[in-house]
Amino acid sequence: MLSILRAVWTVFLHLFKRKVTVLYPEERPRIPPRWRGRIILSRDPDGQERCVACHLCAVACPVGCIALQAAEDEYGRRYPEFFRINFSRCIFCGFCEEACPTYAIQLTNDFEMSEYHRHNLVYEKQDLLISGTGKYPGYNFYKVAGLSIKGKDKGENENELPPVDVKGLMP
Amino acid sequence: MEDKKLVTVYIEDKPYRVRPDQSMLDACLSLGFDLPYFCWHPAMHSVGACRQCAVKQFKDENDRKGMIVMACMTPAGEGTRISIKDPEAVEFRAKVIEWLMLNHPHDCPVCDEGGECHLQDMTVMTGHAYRRTRFRKRTHRNQYLGPFVNHEMNRCIQCYRCVRFYNDYAGGRDFGVFAAHDNVYFGRQEDGVLESEFSGNLVEVCPTGVFTDRTLKMHYTRKWDLQTAPSVCVHCGLGCNTIPGERYGTLRRIRNRYNGQVNGYFICDRGRYGYEFANSATRIRRPYRITYGKAGEKIENALEEGKVLPHVKSLLQGAKGIIGIGSPRASLEANYLLKKFCGPGNFYAGFSDAEFNLVGRIISVLTGGPVKAPALREVAEADAVFVLGEDVSGTAPMLGLAIRQAVRQKPVEAVIKSGIPAWNDYAVRQAVQNDKGPFFIATSAATRIDSLAEGTFHGAPDDIARLGFAVAAAISPEAPAPDGSLPEAAAGLVPRIAARLREAKRPVIISGTGAGSRAVIEAAFNVAKSLFDSGKDAGLCYVAAECNSIGLGLMGGKSLREAVGAVRENRADTVIVLENDIFDRLSAPEAEALLSARQVISIDHLPNHTVSMAHTVLPAAVFAEGTGTFVSNEGRAQRFYRVYVPAGQVEESWRWLSEFLAASAGAKFFTVDDVQRAMAGELPAFGGVPAAAPPADFRISGLKIPRQPHRYSGRTSIHADVDVNEPKPPADPDSPLSFSMEGFDGRPPSALISRFWAPGWNSVQAVNKFQSEVGGRLRGGDPGQRLIGPAGKEKSLPYFTGIPAPFTRLEGKFLVVPLYHVFGSEKLSALSPPVSELVPSPYLALNPEDAGELGCTEGMEIRLIVEDVFFRLAARLDASIARGVAGFPLGLPGLHGITLPSWGRIGIPPGVREAAEESGEDRA
Ligand code: SF4
Ligand code: SF4
Ligand code: SF4
Ligand code: SF4
Ligand code: FES
Repeated sequence: MLSILRAVWTVFLHLFKRKVTVLYPEERPRIPPRWRGRIILSRDPDGQERCVACHLCAVACPVGCIALQAAEDEYGRRYPEFFRINFSRCIFCGFCEEACPTYAIQLTNDFEMSEYHRHNLVYEKQDLLISGTGKYPGYNFYKVAGLSIKGKDKGENENELPPVDVKGLMP
Repeated sequence: MEDKKLVTVYIEDKPYRVRPDQSMLDACLSLGFDLPYFCWHPAMHSVGACRQCAVKQFKDENDRKGMIVMACMTPAGEGTRISIKDPEAVEFRAKVIEWLMLNHPHDCPVCDEGGECHLQDMTVMTGHAYRRTRFRKRTHRNQYLGPFVNHEMNRCIQCYRCVRFYNDYAGGRDFGVFAAHDNVYFGRQEDGVLESEFSGNLVEVCPTGVFTDRTLKMHYTRKWDLQTAPSVCVHCGLGCNTIPGERYGTLRRIRNRYNGQVNGYFICDRGRYGYEFANSATRIRRPYRITYGKAGEKIENALEEGKVLPHVKSLLQGAKGIIGIGSPRASLEANYLLKKFCGPGNFYAGFSDAEFNLVGRIISVLTGGPVKAPALREVAEADAVFVLGEDVSGTAPMLGLAIRQAVRQKPVEAVIKSGIPAWNDYAVRQAVQNDKGPFFIATSAATRIDSLAEGTFHGAPDDIARLGFAVAAAISPEAPAPDGSLPEAAAGLVPRIAARLREAKRPVIISGTGAGSRAVIEAAFNVAKSLFDSGKDAGLCYVAAECNSIGLGLMGGKSLREAVGAVRENRADTVIVLENDIFDRLSAPEAEALLSARQVISIDHLPNHTVSMAHTVLPAAVFAEGTGTFVSNEGRAQRFYRVYVPAGQVEESWRWLSEFLAASAGAKFFTVDDVQRAMAGELPAFGGVPAAAPPADFRISGLKIPRQPHRYSGRTSIHADVDVNEPKPPADPDSPLSFSMEGFDGRPPSALISRFWAPGWNSVQAVNKFQSEVGGRLRGGDPGQRLIGPAGKEKSLPYFTGIPAPFTRLEGKFLVVPLYHVFGSEKLSALSPPVSELVPSPYLALNPEDAGELGCTEGMEIRLIVEDVFFRLAARLDASIARGVAGFPLGLPGLHGITLPSWGRIGIPPGVREAAEESGEDRA
């Protein structure tokens, strides 16, 4: 009996609290920039796909909703042949973003992705890839990693010496 | 009872009993301690180059100061006292990693080694996390090393394992270390295909991503994403254990699966890179039957699911006599069910008649003789080897590698006697220099391992056999001696071979079906028996051509030629061909006669000549898509497991046959275990087969063993493009393995090891955790069950007396003998694109003097006619071929359908010689 009264009293007190519901979609909530919403794949400052298909996001994903296949172009640059995220399984934990060594995969503050059919929540690479760098402007993986690709030969990285002359005799 | 030879060592002040003939690193790892290392390799031992395995050693229990030593260079002597956890040792190891990483290129995300990288594991183990150096990194250019191995030299940490494997262990000559100090470079002197047939092992030997699997790169998948199961190599008769890996329905790579008795740490490139035939676009994926249109054209009618059996049933009901052709590349289970279905009298072993007889002879010798068939490891430990007639480097590559180790046995034993421990690899190699133990080889032409031999003989198979008989007679007076003389080169060898074999303790005689000669096989037996009778622990190793040749031999059946007779005489009108192209086994007219039966049902996985003539074709699973048993050349039954469920209506052959049985007799076999039980009950030779691996209902704590690693990614996304509801994982009634990441995550029984992984050990080095001691047996015993063994001494077969007459040249004719190539002679691997790149183009090898008499020069087109079959080939002059003999590279594209050795005629097509002369003149 006492507990029912207490519950009624608590509800009554809420009449005087500030409303938290908004009239979405007319009124739009403010989403903080570090919100973990719809996932995108970004590009590096040169406009190339950032993802190098390392599979780290996929293995970090606790629900296993990322699947991809690595491929390599003729200049040795790795990219995902396909990249699929099943958002009907995604829990938006952000582990993939944390695991990504290239800042390719990023969570954005877009949460409006409801669908009537679950299979419409399966996003392929063309649905994920954006044209900019997203949250991290400057980083370009291939400028620091030792692999040579088109336009960047061995030894041309920020922190590299020119390739060794194997047949040289100098000490 | 404790072995008296053990000593007590102290690790962190706790006593352990260990063997004294090892280093402290071996001892620590065998005891299960995690101690980082790079340059030490269990098969190649210690050189102390990387400084990573540092530990503190103390003089005695009162010594508190101690000194830093390399565990891999510290003998496990009585009272040796070390600490792994000592803070100074820990710091030392962390610093060493930091140095090794100074120039490392920071590219794990695009490195194929990532996720199974020993360098990553050791970096994590030592705790080095942040780069402090401000200097720029040294860089290297890469090399093109052929279709198998990819090179990314920046990742090197200078551990020297690659050169030690490639040159010291595998005898390669086109690889090395270049430049000086921190510039050292590991590769070839210039870009080019690696010559060694063991180059693929660099991928597993190199602890970093310098050498990675180039075929995997083409469809790259991380180790944690591969679905794997234990398997057995199908590319020769040795039965090396492998781990195929699958992702998204295709086979991605093959890795070595350690088996202490068989392949140990290594496999050959044919086994590692031959797998891609399984992914071929031409695979048969749907059953179909052939009908003929109005114009007589062939129409393929697909048989939907559910229509296959009614169709087959109607065929079988209408049949007047059904015969089955087995196959040395199909599993025991499939061959057995075919035999059961057709009846023992209607089962024909799918060998060529010649091979049928040779395999039968080998089995009777191995079971009726006194001498054991050694496992591959025992060959590697032999102290004298005599090869008779078999080019092992072409027909059984890993046997060549084993011989390479055997040749070192005797000199190494001498070095050990002088006080240098066997594990001190550099010191041992310095002391041994180029000393070699006794090894003799007699073949038709020079082979890749001839340079190791103390004596070689090249001649016709009959002369090789006579050499063998003569050696046996020289060892034991009871053995019959050949009458008449031997060729000069052979006669000179006889006393030397006999003397060197007599000096040995564990001699091994190697022969096989490769020479196509029964006399050679019998001669090898005589030599082995003579050694056995004089009290040696001798071994007799026969090479069989295919992965289940010995299994099919044990299954028995009739010869293929009799099958032709049965069809010709209308005793049978329906032929079931199991995973076989009989155009490889019979001459074309005979094969056509056999396939002219009213109904031909072919069960196979890739199109071939037989399939193209069949009326009904059923798609068969390849090795990685099915479960079954193969019997290797030593008579070891080994289970292989389904790695993935194939697309389409592909079924294991034995399952099709079990359906046939159900359709006709009503007795159906549902699982491999059912088949094996019936087989073991019916055919005593296969009594041991069920014991080769745990049965399907085997569980650990009620759990199955997962085929997928616990980190397998994408399970809710892989199929989401097709159906967003995850499908149920396929059931597997045939094994205790599951198609899932769930299940028992510890160390399974050795026959069920799907991958080598242990916490903190993601690379293949985790194998240490699966062995009872480093480099020894797998825990619980190495997998496989021996089906055959020698007879008692009293019951043994007598010496063979059928000594052939000396080879004599025939006027205008050549004895055509088979030659073999690692890449090309075996058909399935040659269908894999990377291997096919290295298949030589067809040729005929001739002695230069014979060629001179024929008037033909190197590369000139010649005509060969053998058994009415006609070949156009390029002449290759080879001084090692005897006069009157021609070497025919059997199995290269288009070169099959004849039984060798046999006599042939060589001609030069009209116009060719003139053309050659003209072009010669032009050049002049
Ligand atoms: S972690 Fe980043 S780079 Fe790696 S596969 Fe995922 S998105 Fe691509
Ligand atoms: S070798 Fe190992 S540590 Fe180096 S880049 Fe490759 S995965 Fe990373
Ligand atoms: S290439 Fe690999 S095996 Fe060879 S020295 Fe470098 S890290 Fe060691
Ligand atoms: S030696 Fe034979 S069984 Fe072993 S890996 Fe090579 S082909 Fe396969
Ligand atoms: S493993 Fe001991 S020094 Fe390299």
